[in-house]
Amino acid sequence: MSFFQKLKQSLAKTTQVLAGRIKALVKGRKIDDALWEEVEEILLTSDVGPDATTELVASARLAAKNGEILSGDDLVPWLRSAVAARLRPDEADIRWNAGGTTVILIAGVNGSGKTTSIAKLCKFLRARNKTVIVAACDTFRAAAVDQLGIWAKRLDVGFVGGSNNADPAAVAFDAAESAASKGVDVLIVDTAGRLHTQKNLMDELSKITRVLGKRIPGAPHETLLVLDGTAGQNGLQQTRAFREHANVTGLIVSKLDGTAKGGVVLSIKDQLKLPVKFVGTGESADDFAPFYADAFSSALFGEDETR
Amino acid sequence: MFESLAQRLQSVFSRLGRRTALTESDVDEALREIRTALLTADVHLSVVKKLTADIKARAVGEKVIESVRPDQQVAKIVYDELVRLLGGQPGTISPPNDGGIPIRWSASGPTVILMAGLQGSGKTTTCAKLARYLKSKGHRPLLVAADMQRPAAVEQLKVLGASLEIPVHWEESGRPPKICERAVAKATADGNDVVILDTAGRLHVDRELMDEVRDIAARTKPHEVLLVLDSMTGQDAVNSAKVFDESLPLTGVVLTKLDGDTRGGAALSVLSVTGKPVRFVGTGEKTEALEPFHPDRMASRILGMGDVVSLVERAQEAMKQEEVEKAAEKLFAGSFTMDDMLQQFEQVERMGPLKDWLGMIPGMAPALEGQEVDEKGIKRAKAVIQSMTAEERRKPDVLDAGRRRRIARGSGTSLDEVNRLIKGYKQMKLMMKQLRSDGGMMGKMADRRMRKMKEEQIREMRRQGVKLTEMDWAPEGEP
Ligand SMILES: Nc1nc2c(ncn2[C@@H]2O[C@H](COP(=O)(O)OP(=O)(O)OP(=O)(O)O)[C@@H](O)[C@H]2O)c(=O)[nH]1
Ligand SMILES: Nc1nc2c(ncn2[C@@H]2O[C@H](COP(=O)(O)OP(=O)(O)OP(=O)(O)O)[C@@H](O)[C@H]2O)c(=O)[nH]1
Ligand SMILES: [Mg+2]
Ligand SMILES: [Mg+2]
Repeated sequence: MSFFQKLKQSLAKTTQVLAGRIKALVKGRKIDDALWEEVEEILLTSDVGPDATTELVASARLAAKNGEILSGDDLVPWLRSAVAARLRPDEADIRWNAGGTTVILIAGVNGSGKTTSIAKLCKFLRARNKTVIVAACDTFRAAAVDQLGIWAKRLDVGFVGGSNNADPAAVAFDAAESAASKGVDVLIVDTAGRLHTQKNLMDELSKITRVLGKRIPGAPHETLLVLDGTAGQNGLQQTRAFREHANVTGLIVSKLDGTAKGGVVLSIKDQLKLPVKFVGTGESADDFAPFYADAFSSALFGEDETR
Repeated sequence: MFESLAQRLQSVFSRLGRRTALTESDVDEALREIRTALLTADVHLSVVKKLTADIKARAVGEKVIESVRPDQQVAKIVYDELVRLLGGQPGTISPPNDGGIPIRWSASGPTVILMAGLQGSGKTTTCAKLARYLKSKGHRPLLVAADMQRPAAVEQLKVLGASLEIPVHWEESGRPPKICERAVAKATADGNDVVILDTAGRLHVDRELMDEVRDIAARTKPHEVLLVLDSMTGQDAVNSAKVFDESLPLTGVVLTKLDGDTRGGAALSVLSVTGKPVRFVGTGEKTEALEPFHPDRMASRILGMGDVVSLVERAQEAMKQEEVEKAAEKLFAGSFTMDDMLQQFEQVERMGPLKDWLGMIPGMAPALEGQEVDEKGIKRAKAVIQSMTAEERRKPDVLDAGRRRRIARGSGTSLDEVNRLIKGYKQMKLMMKQLRSDGGMMGKMADRRMRKMKEEQIREMRRQGVKLTEMDWAPEGEP
């Protein structure tokens, strides 16, 4: 099921329906300043950010000048494909470790949805017949280990947990040991939420990545940053810092089942060249889908026809 | 990219040149920058529009004050406007009647505090923080685990309660509204004077769950209903806050995760749609990281100056004022020795991980990358000085090659490091010498008045956000 259908499905019980907000707005309108202003508003209120918005609107204006956009009716398709083009290529596939256990490290700021995203990934991988072990390296937050433990049990995947306040890198090493010796396909490592400005915690994360690589060559093969879909422009700083300390390979954008659009990923892709790999659209393990630039772009403009 | 508003305005006005009064076109140019700065800080577009209109009305025609640059003047207008907005409507917080804790107390029976918000915003942590705070003030809080939804949510609160020795009411199964109702009854029976309800995270568009939390409020009649908002939230903050405000009798907002470098403009958005004041801010994961809200600090943060006052305060706590003054005195008198330098290093160490608190300044974290604020380096530098004799520390000129080698061995460092330290020391002295002779901007900084900046002055500066902003916004070398 595509992310867009997923989104619609998870929105079914809510008061919000995906209205074609921009489409209704621009239908049959002629191109004038008021229209540009409204387009700008849609982008800005989707967290696209002032700089990327200015850029997008400027290129749309240019297209209008060149006759590519003749009326409001052409505007939506134009914008949709312009945004999608910025987010492509779709890179939802996981970088597999051909020689053994594939290690996926999950990181992000506090409360972004890391642990829940791991549950979703487990389900996703189990459906593809992969054997999975999860490692609970958040030994700091109260009951974080229990939280992942419950998910592991529900989803029938292996579990390595640290005791409270255990060294997260040591837990990671144990988990790598266990995964490699059992020959499981995938090890997913949960880490504590940390703000990207906390140097000691970011160093701790670097240490976890190093330790994993010591036991399994090339690990972690994927380091996915979980970005809260409601995040604003700070998402860019978060991503930059995590990339620096943990060599992030891609993003999972969570919580897109609300009214937030996650527009900051446009700047993230633009400036940091990091792809979004998956999106989270709810609290259950099923609310998860690979990211498609087209679908995301459509959701941004409230357009509900693609895919 | 994340320039502060001050920098943006400065470049506008340097283009425009000197002015006697602010014309409409001046102001319009400035407004464009203000708009971008606020949007970058995640203030909602609708709020930005209203703010810029208000600012325009205030600024056009304003005479430029002689001693202030026009960009500073405009920045001050913006700053004042933000402080005013963030201050909330007067009268929305009942006057503290219990040693300054801003809580609306129940007239009879336990005071019920309901915590609500989106998923992962920090509700459970804030419940524990508030309970701890109230307990420290002599209250007897009861924590209530009313999140029956997220795995291990109940366990999380139980662990937090146990670590704080605060009782937690929880049930194996059941519906949250009933659980909360029973908890309030239990508190009354057990003599707990405050009940703190930790509810599940929910989306404002989730009709079922919004009904549930409304039911909880209906059954427990909370005296405080606090919306917990993640300070990293973007534009969507207005949508969720609006629905929470319509669904619940909100009394205030708690702004969490302010220990990062987010500008936190969402606070402004939420205030303007709900009209409810920010009551507390969360500044860390630990249960003691709960602080009162300061509109002026928040305003400077949103405008990209960082929470300068907090930084100054933290630095002040660590630095012993007299020591700082003495060291400065000596520096200027030219009698600054290696021993004084050692003391300085120790003070820097006392401030804790430098990077942690410098990181609190928006935009600072990336700037700090690469140019390590090297704590280990400080330790090694200390070791070098500690390996010097008393004479060497007093008169570093005697440090010849032989002595330097000895010091390197004794301190377990390298000759190179010893040389660097001595060079650094000499440069510092040289710089000070130049400072004394020229009366420029650094000379001014060296002014006794500045050096003796005392606590009450800082407080005064905070009261008149103006001074602080002007001080910090004035680029180096400018009058
Ligand atoms: N609506 C919605 N909620 C989500 C989604 N993903 C996670 N959540 C919820 O967000 C909250 C936080 O999720 P966690 O997975 O615990 O987040 P975390 O990043 O592991 O948090 P820490 O480990 O404390 O930093 C929980 O209540 C989750 O149920 C999503 O895609 N949509
Ligand atoms: N750095 C920092 N982290 C915080 C702060 N407040 C909460 N957190 C962290 O944010 C994450 C989520 O906090 P919770 O208290 O579990 O959030 P919640 O709103 O109860 O989450 P759900 O119940 O899943 O909706 C945890 O990792 C907390 O440690 C804060 O002020 N600063
Ligand atoms: Mg977690
Ligand atoms: Mg909670």
